[in-house]
Amino acid sequence: MSKVSKEVKVIVFRLQNEEYGVPIDYVGSIERMLEITRIPNTPKFIKGVINLRGIVTPVIDLRERFGMETSEYSNRSRMIIVHIDDKEVGMIVDEANDVVDLSEDDIETPPEVIGSVDTDYVRGVAKLEHRLLILLNLDRVLSNEEVNQLSAVEK
Amino acid sequence: METSQYLGIFIDESNENLQTINDGLLDLEKDPTNMEHIEVIFRAAHTLKGMSATMGYEELTTLTHQMEDVLDLVRNNQLPASTNLLDMLLHAVEKLEEMVGDISSGGDGKGVIQPILDQLKAIEKGEDVSDDSVASNQDVTSKELTLDSFEETVINQAKAEGLHTYHLTIQLADDCLLKAARVYMVFEILEKEGEIIKSVPSVEVLENEEFDQQFDVAYVTSIEQKEITDKIMKVSEIKQVSIQPIGNQKQTERTENIGINQEPTKLDSTTKEAQENSGSKRKQAANKTIRVNINRLDALMNLFEELVIDRGRLEQIADEMEHNDLTETVGRMTRISSDLQSIILNMRMVPIEQVFNRFPRMVRQLTRELQKEIQLDIEGAETELDRTVIDEIGDPLVHLIRNSLDHGIETPDVREKMGKNRQGHVLLKAYHSGNHVYIEISDDGQGINREKVLNKAIENQVVTPEQANQLSNRKIDELILASGFSTADEISDISGRGVGLDVVKNTIESLGGTIEIISEEGKGTTFTIQLPLTLSIISVMLSTIGNETYAVPLSTIIETALIKPEEIVTVQGQQMMHFRESVIPLIFLRDVLEVPDSANESAYESVIIVRKGEQVAGLVVDSLIGQQEVVLKNLGNYLTNIFAISGATILGDGEVALIIDTHSLIK
Repeated sequence: MSKVSKEVKVIVFRLQNEEYGVPIDYVGSIERMLEITRIPNTPKFIKGVINLRGIVTPVIDLRERFGMETSEYSNRSRMIIVHIDDKEVGMIVDEANDVVDLSEDDIETPPEVIGSVDTDYVRGVAKLEHRLLILLNLDRVLSNEEVNQLSAVEK
Repeated sequence: METSQYLGIFIDESNENLQTINDGLLDLEKDPTNMEHIEVIFRAAHTLKGMSATMGYEELTTLTHQMEDVLDLVRNNQLPASTNLLDMLLHAVEKLEEMVGDISSGGDGKGVIQPILDQLKAIEKGEDVSDDSVASNQDVTSKELTLDSFEETVINQAKAEGLHTYHLTIQLADDCLLKAARVYMVFEILEKEGEIIKSVPSVEVLENEEFDQQFDVAYVTSIEQKEITDKIMKVSEIKQVSIQPIGNQKQTERTENIGINQEPTKLDSTTKEAQENSGSKRKQAANKTIRVNINRLDALMNLFEELVIDRGRLEQIADEMEHNDLTETVGRMTRISSDLQSIILNMRMVPIEQVFNRFPRMVRQLTRELQKEIQLDIEGAETELDRTVIDEIGDPLVHLIRNSLDHGIETPDVREKMGKNRQGHVLLKAYHSGNHVYIEISDDGQGINREKVLNKAIENQVVTPEQANQLSNRKIDELILASGFSTADEISDISGRGVGLDVVKNTIESLGGTIEIISEEGKGTTFTIQLPLTLSIISVMLSTIGNETYAVPLSTIIETALIKPEEIVTVQGQQMMHFRESVIPLIFLRDVLEVPDSANESAYESVIIVRKGEQVAGLVVDSLIGQQEVVLKNLGNYLTNIFAISGATILGDGEVALIIDTHSLIK
């Protein structure tokens, strides 16, 4: 652990009853639910594509991505548009309403079992006063491999 | 010097110059006595050398310089333009292209040039012997500086501009150790104050210290004779400098020396000059252009795409509101933006010449490797295509031409036996038709041996023997485009490299094009490639399935039809319909695309009849909306390889509609 702890700003969002975070650097915008065009023959968690100000952007349902139980979208549901490498993807979450500052020191490696998400997708956990924040490893969450593998299986 | 900002220009111009050299060499081969070709080549080589030197690409400079030396000999009739020589020069050009290519892809432009350099030098020396013997006779007295017409022109120009032109004879001290270094220093001094037009021996030879103690230089400068002497004498180990103005008397002397021989050439050069003048005038008129970075054009295109989307939205709003003025204004805007669209598309168009240019040399080389006699004819090189298509189409064409040369055209002896001309013909032709560009590659070779193709296809399990019996001739021909196919008995390094023509087919289809083969055994084969003019704005047929809207590219549609359910016949479990005397398979998109809540409630089925090459199929949709111009958008890097979907577009109401990839639906 470095002595000078780096501060990171994290967007906090909710899935079921757990709180998750992604570094703000990856986040392009947070959108209300937009009309989604379904794409056939893709894994279930890929909801389709949206028209994000003229750019066709794919969206995934994070609940389904992590194998959680699905729920109807409400007026609190949001799409968090994230950029990673040269990919741009919208992630549908139950709610997104907070930004917190974390220092790198607050982030711990995830224990074996944490919440409902496969630890593969977790970069670390951060303990805030009364809250536990699960930081996602976007690289893994948005890897193309699974998209292609799954679409191959479905064919 | 900070040169990076000129890099783009350097690369573009180098490529142009290399192309000129290339074309010139091929012309020269056809017409070896025509000095005009040599002049063109020489000038291009000279420019290239100058630019490379400025940009600091040493290898490029050295190699072009050596080429220049050899060309110089040819120009002065000291060396015949033999095939061997041309081979060598073409080889050098190839090397240069490689190096320029390296630079443009971010490399340092260094390449292994020694072997080709040595070869060129050998050629140069082979004929140079007489020159050397002359030199040794001349002792300290200045050696005759033979100037060619180009150099003469430069000198005459310089004189006209009031500059001095001198013939310098510089002698190094007898015990001079670092001759090359001294020469370099002298040259550096001279180049500061003027321009060296020629040196005898050549710079190359001087740098390698392959000279005695003396060298001659033709020099243009603004400073006085005395000053030059002083400056040069400051370099140590210089024994003597003698300077003479280059006068008119020299020219006459030269004409006398060469005598009658010179007369026709002189004449030639004047007429040539006249031609050139008129040529350059014409060129200027036709080519008032500026260079624009392709990225800017792309940005313009993107902005325009946004505009097209909004235009669609406006049209829709105007329709809904039924407001006269608004409708009228939108109508006008639509017309203007259509004009704008064609202009922007035109700006991105480049003549296919860029791609075709490299083929004559390739054919020439392969012809010799294969020991065949083949003539390549090119038609329609001025046909224009979108830049993006141009970038992609080169490799498939190379493949097809290699294929024609290797498998199509027979050896001269065989051709003679068949009663054909010994020389085979390959025609490369491009032309526009409608919204497409066609490229044809036809040869007058042996055609496709269908028996052989079938056997091979069965052997490679591309088809089963049962299927083979049912195939039409055309289908058999198309087998050569199937994966893993090579009909040459031996694997040659020309075209049988394990990758078959299926790669070509895939590339062309990925560009939204098609490829067809027409072959007649014994008479030849023609490949026809159809390509869209542009890749970013396409016309589509919009249709609905359930609550979803899908777009089918108009380019693949033959027609649309309404059929009654009882017109659908079932053959071997496959639903089919009658279409123009044949029976075509029906593809129910609601099943393929797993559309929820889609049910046909009307008494008819809407069918879009599409084709892929010669195959035809009917796509069954719920209803047809109509035809529209849309902007093609890709689905981004997250979603790749989605079955049956080639992209998306944004409709007037902001909704995203998916574009159906009909090619992957037809198997």
